[in-house]
Parts: sequence; structure tokens; C-alpha cells
Amino acid sequence: MSAGGRNEFAVMLKRFKSGDSGLIPVLIGLVAMVLYFYFKNHVFLEVVNINNLFIQATIFILLSMGEIWLLLLGEIDLSLGYLAGIAAALSAIGVDVQYHLPWIIVLPGTVLLITLLGLFSGTLVVFLKLPSFIVTLAGLLGYEGVMIFIIDRQNTGGTVAVHGGVLNDLVNAQLTVVATWILLIVMVGLASFFLLRSYYNRRKSGLVYRSIYFTIAKIIGLVVGGILLGVVFNSNRGGAFIVQRGMPFAIPIDLAMLLAGTFILTKTRTGRYMYAIGGNKEAARRAGINVNRYRMLAFAFGGFSAGVAGLLYCSELAGANDSIPGGNFVLYAVAAAVIGGTSLVGGRGKMIHAVIGGLLIAIIYNGMALINMSTATQYIAIAVVLLAAVTVDSVARRGSVPGT
Amino acid sequence: MSITPEVSSTVTPESGSDGAAPGVDDSTSKYLLSLRGISKSFGPVQALQDVDLDVPAGQVTAIIGDNGAGKSTLIKSISGIWSPSCGQIFWNGQEVQIHTPHDASQLGIATVYQDLALCDNLDIVENMFLGVEETKFGVLDEIKMELATVRVLKELAVTTVKSVRQKVGSLSGGQRQAVAVAKAAMRDAKLVILDEPTAALGVSQTAQVLGLIKLLASRGVSVIVISHNLTDVFEVADRIAVMYLGTLVSSGPASNYDTASAVEMITTGSSSRLASPYSSAE
Repeated sequence: MSAGGRNEFAVMLKRFKSGDSGLIPVLIGLVAMVLYFYFKNHVFLEVVNINNLFIQATIFILLSMGEIWLLLLGEIDLSLGYLAGIAAALSAIGVDVQYHLPWIIVLPGTVLLITLLGLFSGTLVVFLKLPSFIVTLAGLLGYEGVMIFIIDRQNTGGTVAVHGGVLNDLVNAQLTVVATWILLIVMVGLASFFLLRSYYNRRKSGLVYRSIYFTIAKIIGLVVGGILLGVVFNSNRGGAFIVQRGMPFAIPIDLAMLLAGTFILTKTRTGRYMYAIGGNKEAARRAGINVNRYRMLAFAFGGFSAGVAGLLYCSELAGANDSIPGGNFVLYAVAAAVIGGTSLVGGRGKMIHAVIGGLLIAIIYNGMALINMSTATQYIAIAVVLLAAVTVDSVARRGSVPGT
Repeated sequence: MSITPEVSSTVTPESGSDGAAPGVDDSTSKYLLSLRGISKSFGPVQALQDVDLDVPAGQVTAIIGDNGAGKSTLIKSISGIWSPSCGQIFWNGQEVQIHTPHDASQLGIATVYQDLALCDNLDIVENMFLGVEETKFGVLDEIKMELATVRVLKELAVTTVKSVRQKVGSLSGGQRQAVAVAKAAMRDAKLVILDEPTAALGVSQTAQVLGLIKLLASRGVSVIVISHNLTDVFEVADRIAVMYLGTLVSSGPASNYDTASAVEMITTGSSSRLASPYSSAE
């Protein structure tokens, strides 16, 4: 029943060699990129830049999470970028520029509206049986127009600015140092508790279980990660005159989306059915699953993610403007998901892929800016990196499941 | 096990069919599943014509016939994919209506289609419980499902699978078929229908699946097997039914048939070799 640590390691190594290397190649690439940019310009790893990096990554991470819900089912939503832009514009206008409504109404209201718009795309795809690529491409074009219209209507020169308030604070304000440590300790503590409980439950029930060393290794990883995050975000990134310490609110928001999404996908029937539909839609239907309901839900989750992404982006920009590149963003979101390991044809993907892929894209842009690459070179460089990342991932997976 | 043809409507004490019209053939109560006069047309195409079939409990009934004979159509009329255009279905002597796959599974009919309907990206446990997951407070109860899967596979003597957490896409054809059959068996199905279970399998894999079929029957589960492989049919079948161009031309105990007569019935619809040709309604 019990598998010795050494034996388990051998099994894992064999799986790795046969192609199921998971996140390892991407993580290696991530670390390599970080080291490269650090050596080119030490500023890259200064705490103020790391903070900026996470903030910049947020839009890609959240939009990518939204796309993953759809990619799992073999669908796509190309309009999420501009839906985020609309969310940014509406929240800025609602809270500050025109209406001065309380944030408690505007922010959730905006997210709800964007969710419904995502659901609307889903309705067209599911009930009119239209291909999601075309429907959401129309959305991309149409919503860009809507976004420009909303912003330019304010007659403020194409930009709507946010001055302070909760909307501004999402990204620019932070938890206190103490609160940051408490949050990290609670999270790492809970995660460790659940990992250990799951290990003991498996062992107690008589099923084959992995050696405890795996669980311990994961816990150690979490603790180290927690300490790193705590040290980085609690260091002063403000300078001598304005001290700024603590984790920006955007990070717990990202984490909450990651945890909620991962929980749904791994521990609920809803998540299970999403993977099933993406893997074999007909088999899912024959198993009694209401395929259309889950397709609609995926579009709704996509819209929701775009809504939250838009709010955080507005916070980052301290407003919104009519040249927000919603088209580019959504393409990067899909690229981030694929680089992280999500399949474009459905059935494979996790929320963490969005985080890794989103961070990678932010690292590239942030790093290239720091070493003063020209815009032209930046575009070419990122193209090469994306191609390399997806090739490595694809080749690495080729051996794992027959037929992939 | 002798099957005596009954044509008179004798009311059996336990049938309880008080609403039975006079003259109605009451032999249906002896069988788990009885079909009477099942017809199915798709527009101008008559796929099934007046099919009568009896399926006893705890036995393997093989439906054989050439391509296009209507075997799959007949199966889909029983499993709820399609409703018959006309005709009656009796379950334990009671007339039932099967309009959806849900109706069929409520009765205890489980069907394994030719394409197996498995999700390659999910593992064995996830496939076994697809659509009928066990949950605890809304959260999937993985341990319960995994234990049940291990137990079912062991009971069905499926030993070649190393881990129930393997993705189904990485299994061999025989293992996939075994998983599909186990999935059907796990629901405490009373009737398991298998559509061409050995069509794509090699020799040892075929033996594995045939063994599974015999094991199911030995536990009191009725099995209907559609197959065009007569070797497999004669290996497992207790009863054989022959379809030809949408009609059921012959049925009876497997011992009544041999390869030559079976082939003749499949290709021509009649056989000169059978001593007393059985009519489809017994």
C-alpha cells in the first residue's frame, strides 16, 4: 500500500521523461528570464519593480483566467479585453468623473454588467449555435467602439481619470505590514492543513498514497514562497520620504480569484463537467450533463474575470482611456494560458496556468522596458519568446498521452 | 432452461396486469425485457419493422446481423436515444415508456455504445462517476469514488489496470472497453447493452471483455450484445436473435444455431438448416 519515497520519485521521473513535465519547463523559462533581466539591469529585482511587475501582470492573469474557463470547453472569447476596458471606463465614470456614486454600488455593479455581457455572447454561441470565435470577434470590434464612445462622451480628451478613493486604492494602497504577515501565515497555514488532512484521509481509507515527503516538500515550498512574498511586499518601496510597505490589495484579489477558480475546477461537479465537455462533448451529454448550461457558465465566468480585471486595470492607470489595447490584451491572455499549459482545443488547463503565463508576459514587457529596448525590438522579442514557450511545452507534452 | 412458446393469454398470478386487454400476449411477464411490434422509421426509411424480442434475466442475448440490419437502431430504441415509431416495451411484464436515456437508466438499463463515450482527458474514476458523482457538502468525495471504482474493477476481475487515476486516453482498447462496461455495471444495472464490444480489440483483449460479459451474466445481470463476430457470439451467448433488413427473422437458444445457419440467416434472412424455424414471438 505504501510507496517508498525513492520509488515514488522514480515513477515521477519516468512520467517527466515521457512528456508529462507539467509546469517545469515554463517555470525554468520564467526563472531564466528573471535572471537575464536582473543581470542586464539590477533594478529589475528591486522591490519597487517587483511590485510593479505584479500589478502589471494582473490584467494578463485575470483575463487569462477568464479565457481558461472558455478554452477548457474548446471555446474562446475574444471580446474579454475590451469588456475589461469598458469595466475600467464605467467604474471610473461612475465613481469619479461624472456620477460620483459610492464604490460599493459602482464596482460590483460594473462587474455584474460585464458578467452579463459575457453571458450574452454565450447565449448567441449556445442557442444560435454560432462559432464562439466569430461571435466574440464581433464583440471585440463592437465593444471597442462602445468603450471609445463611453469615454469620449465625457469630453475629457479621451481619458477619464480617477482621483483617490477605493477604486484607486485597489492597486495603489495596501495592507499593513502586520496584516500582510497575518494573511500569508493564515493562507500557508490553511493550505498546509488541507494538504496534510488530504494525505491522512487517503492513507486512512486504504487507497494508494504518495509518500509523505511529497506533502512535506509542498508545504516547505509554500512556506518559502510565503516568506519571500512577505519580505518583498513588506520592504519599503516608496523611498526615503514616503514609506510604502505592505501587500497591495490587488494581490489578495488575484489570489482569491485563483483559489476560487481552482476550487471550482478541482473540487466541484461544475468544474468536473467543464473538463468532461472539453474532453468529449458527446460523452458528457450521454452521461446526462446539461452541456449548454456549462457552456453558458463558462462565458459568464469569463465576463466576471474581465470585469474584475477592468477594475484593477483602472486602478493601475488611475482611470481609463480610449486607447486601451483590448485586442492585444486578449491575445496575450490566450497566449499566457497556452504558455502556462492550457490546451486550445479543450479538456486541459488550470487557473495556475494563467498566473504563470501572465507573470511571464509581464516579466518580458517590464524587463524589456528596463533595458530600453525599442518598441519594434520588443514586439519581435516577445514573438520569439511566445513561439519558443509554446513549442517547448508542445514538444514536452508530445509523449504523455497518445494522440496529443 | 426450456422456453415453451406461449400463444394463449394465460393470466399469471404475480403479473398484476389488471389493465391487460383480453387477447394480449402475457408471456412478457416471464422476461426481463420484451419488445412487441417495435417499428422505427426515419422519414421514408423503415429502419425497424415489427420487431418482437424477449430478453430473459441473467442471460446473454446476442443480436447479430449484417451492417444496416437495424441492430443499433433497435438498441437505441431501448436505451432511450430514440423512441420507437410504434410498438410496446415491457419491463418485467409491465408496459413502460422509454423516451430519454434517463428513463432507460431509471429502469436499470445501461448502454455501452460503440464509441464507448469516455472522456480521454479524465481518469478512470472520473469517467466511472461522470454525471453521477458522489459529493459531500457540495464538494466531490474523491475518496469514496476511488474506493468504489477499485472495488468494482476488482469484482469484475479487471486486473490489467495499474492505477485508477490513469487518464483513460492512455489505456489500451481492451482496458477502455472494460472501463466502459464496469461503468455500466456499477450502476446496479439490470440490463447492460453492449454495441460491438470487441470490434476493435485484439485476441487477449477480446477474451478479457468476453470474460467480463460472462461474469456479469453469472451475477444475474442481463446482457444484450450486438456483434458481427460469430466466434465471440457463440462463446458467450445463451440466446441469439438475428436481424435482417430491419426485421427480426429468428431468435432462440444459442444451441439452435451454428455458424453456417447463422451466416445464412444474416445474409439471406432465412435458413434451410434450422430444423424448426422459431418465430420471433415465443
